[in-house]
Amino acid sequence: MPEPTSDATADEGAAADDDTETAPEVPSIDLPSDAFDAVLDALDGRDPNDPLRFEGFSVARDDGGYVLDPADGDRQTGVSERELHEALDERAPAVTDWYAFERVVGEFGPRRAFLRWLEDADGATVATRYAALAEGIERAWGELKITATVTDRGERRYDVRHADDAGVPVDELDRYDDPLDARELVKLDEKGRYRPLKTAPTLAGGWVFPDLGPRDAYEAVETVYPATVANWHREREGELDVSHWRETMERQSGIYGVVKTWDRGEGHEHVDWVAEACCDDSQCLKRREWEYDDETDLNVDGGDGAFPCREPCSVVVSAARKWTRLESERPRTYEFDLTPSEKEQVEDIIDAVADGRIDEIREADTKEGANRYRTRFLRAKRFDDEGNLGGVPTEPAETGDEE
Amino acid sequence: MQSLVIVAHGSHLNPGSSAPTYDHADTIRATGAFDEVKTGFWKEEPHFREVLRTVEGDEIYVVPLFVSEGYFTEQVIPRELRLDGWDVSEWDSDGLSADQATLVAEDIDHEVHYCGPVGTHRAMTDVIVRRAESVTGDPDVGEGFGLAVVGHGTERNENSAKAIEYHADRIAERDRFDEVKALYMDEDPEVDDLPDYFESDDVVLVPLFIADGYHTQEDIPEDVGLCEDHTEGYDVPTEVDGTRIWYAGAVGTEPLMADVILERAADAGADLGTALDDVRETTRVATGD
Repeated sequence: MPEPTSDATADEGAAADDDTETAPEVPSIDLPSDAFDAVLDALDGRDPNDPLRFEGFSVARDDGGYVLDPADGDRQTGVSERELHEALDERAPAVTDWYAFERVVGEFGPRRAFLRWLEDADGATVATRYAALAEGIERAWGELKITATVTDRGERRYDVRHADDAGVPVDELDRYDDPLDARELVKLDEKGRYRPLKTAPTLAGGWVFPDLGPRDAYEAVETVYPATVANWHREREGELDVSHWRETMERQSGIYGVVKTWDRGEGHEHVDWVAEACCDDSQCLKRREWEYDDETDLNVDGGDGAFPCREPCSVVVSAARKWTRLESERPRTYEFDLTPSEKEQVEDIIDAVADGRIDEIREADTKEGANRYRTRFLRAKRFDDEGNLGGVPTEPAETGDEE
Repeated sequence: MQSLVIVAHGSHLNPGSSAPTYDHADTIRATGAFDEVKTGFWKEEPHFREVLRTVEGDEIYVVPLFVSEGYFTEQVIPRELRLDGWDVSEWDSDGLSADQATLVAEDIDHEVHYCGPVGTHRAMTDVIVRRAESVTGDPDVGEGFGLAVVGHGTERNENSAKAIEYHADRIAERDRFDEVKALYMDEDPEVDDLPDYFESDDVVLVPLFIADGYHTQEDIPEDVGLCEDHTEGYDVPTEVDGTRIWYAGAVGTEPLMADVILERAADAGADLGTALDDVRETTRVATGD
């Protein structure tokens, strides 16, 4: 946290620097009456020895009026309300900054931390931030692009949209103003398929919340990516409660209780595969912080997301239930013939499905192993009438029974 | 600051599963009775595990949008919300009478009021009747009509059948419909044989489910014979073996459900002002046609 007085000095110092020509201009701010009233309200009944601190100065109440410290370098007492208004109007950026965070944004930890982070309020001075806000401060959050600006009354406004829509004029996008409308925007991907995982990198674009206030901006982000801000905040505070794979699966009951039996004390390769399948950045934008247990890391990268993943999610648990059953099967040796190209084609098909590339493979592009004609040819050639690859039944007994 | 948290099942597969939860949250939000209304899910996000950390208020009411007491309300939700010291005896319930328990949620180290499910609240009876009004478009429906309340039987959860019977009995006592029956999906009397259980020419069929999904959109319509295959759709009403069946779909989609959620919170001590009256008024079925 910057010290108010040293900041004032720093500002003066900065003003004398050679950089001033290139530094962005601090916008002119008019002190709105609600901000001034909020200051009076905060001073009302406040201990005179506990001044209200703004960046670069403080205000307290005393018997005859107000105390401004410093004013023109000195502590000024007996300031009337009218004089105080004048003084605060001259210091409108600092006052509106206080008002924005102390009164509009409020105390709630995740919201406050997020909105302060957006404009680096815990690192940069008011002057620096207001100058940057005048230009628009952009931040990424998952696939969102959030642009923070400031009005000439010192109010923060936020534009929230898909990062792919950066630079698109607002009137070319579908405009929304109620952050809860984001619930519908996140429901389906751009092909109209349901998104069961909100942090999957499949957010559709084409919409914009062009003019949100601070609370609504936070709500919009939390609606698109629920609880991500809360978890990011806990992590910043050093309080992220990570629940690793083992404890998460131990906790499961009902139809998911079976998953704990998949851990057989023979290592965690199976969980590595789960994480590679589900938690890779290509599948989920959360940064996986959970491991096999608190002593054993997985051998898979957790990703680079801005917000953490603190435990295996319900999609992972559901998939793990399926794998627990499938992985209880013992391998068998099947014998059938494939040409080298056919073996590679099977690999191509698996890759195309796993990487979600099916729709990108052009209809007549027979160079692609996962091309539909190529795949249909392979099926026509290598499947028998029962759909068995290479004509080999899945269950050896099937043949016996039929004979 | 007073907060409402509605917790529901949600779905990995069905995009419409969360819709009733969101709709009722919006209805309640519009009353202004709570400073914030949040939703949390078992299969969607925010998950039960993380919803409380998104809550700002200090008086927190958690209402499960589930039809009966059982596995979810007694085990899954308290465990996932990390309600310290939870034991089902906190509710001292006979399977229908769970009201609320006040416990510290370890996730936020703060007390929450954990309420009984909406489905067993006495106000749910009114929602079933309202659903019959909605599907027939008649706010006075009753005379000449039978009403079937349908749900899972005891195979899935013995309390499920209790809730169905409870509401069917209460509606029958009102002498509004000519006949009222509780029917089940997996035991007798089975919903498949609906016409056998009613003498009335017209029967409203109300499934006690929260959201429309596999059971209400595929299973029941096919079992009852409203259609051969659910993909064909069906008319309301559809005549089956001489009985006109007015199939209502999941009762949980009825706007008046918001009232039951509020009732649960009020029973747990929430200060609602005029919200209950507001919701009953704004969700009414229009009179006449």
